[in-house]
Amino acid sequence: MEAVLFFAAALGALGGAIGVVAMRNPFYGVLALIVHLFSLAVLFLLLTAAFVAAAQVVVYAGAVMVLYAFVVAYVGGEEEPSFDPIPGQRFLAPLLGAALFIELSIAVLGSSLTALSTHGPDVSAGFGNPAAIGKLLLERFLLPFEASSILLLLAAVGAVVLAARRDTA
Amino acid sequence: MNVEWYVVLSSLLFAIGATGILIRRSPIVILLCLELMLNAGNLALVAFSRMVGNQQGQVFAIVVMVVAACEVVIGLGLIVALFKRRLPLDVDALKELRG
Repeated sequence: MEAVLFFAAALGALGGAIGVVAMRNPFYGVLALIVHLFSLAVLFLLLTAAFVAAAQVVVYAGAVMVLYAFVVAYVGGEEEPSFDPIPGQRFLAPLLGAALFIELSIAVLGSSLTALSTHGPDVSAGFGNPAAIGKLLLERFLLPFEASSILLLLAAVGAVVLAARRDTA
Repeated sequence: MNVEWYVVLSSLLFAIGATGILIRRSPIVILLCLELMLNAGNLALVAFSRMVGNQQGQVFAIVVMVVAACEVVIGLGLIVALFKRRLPLDVDALKELRG
């Protein structure tokens, strides 16, 4: 059952990722990314990370993707021209991507990772639930938590400054 | 499921995102591919957190989500500003800062 869920979610995540790269219309790319994010949330649930999965669905697939959809609708989903500024870019880039994947796989699988128990230890029932994560965030990681809230505030102010300026040029 | 499957899937997703950044030229799609790469990193963090049996990796993943949200907001703000100034939305045409 777990394997079936894993492969279904992995296929969804891969399909969504390839859709983001391959779709010519940015709006379809946004929709493909939503599929990708939902599949990742399923994977997080399989990894007993309930709070991260919920945050993924609510924050990412909900709020951030709505932001993307609004901006694509505002800018207009124009398709990009199909000529290559660098000759052979369309063939070289997938080759480089494949090389990166092979390198990463060698680095990960060739390391001492396999020496550890590959199934992971048995975890208690409360592993990764909102209470446990909230306790960690408010006790051990209080400073990073506050710093990230300041970062969010700065980003919001920055977006308003960037996007709300009247046309002066 | 072995944790290695998750890590290999994560590196595959990361490579797909990097390929997308190399191929595509629309800044919106490049931001979407950045999301792919950040999420691949998140998947690896959560998988390792499960492997070690420690929840701190999940806190890491949440902080990565916060950073990704900030990056999206700033990036989309830049795209809207570009659009308002009627500049082309093509990263190859926007090269004034190139030395």
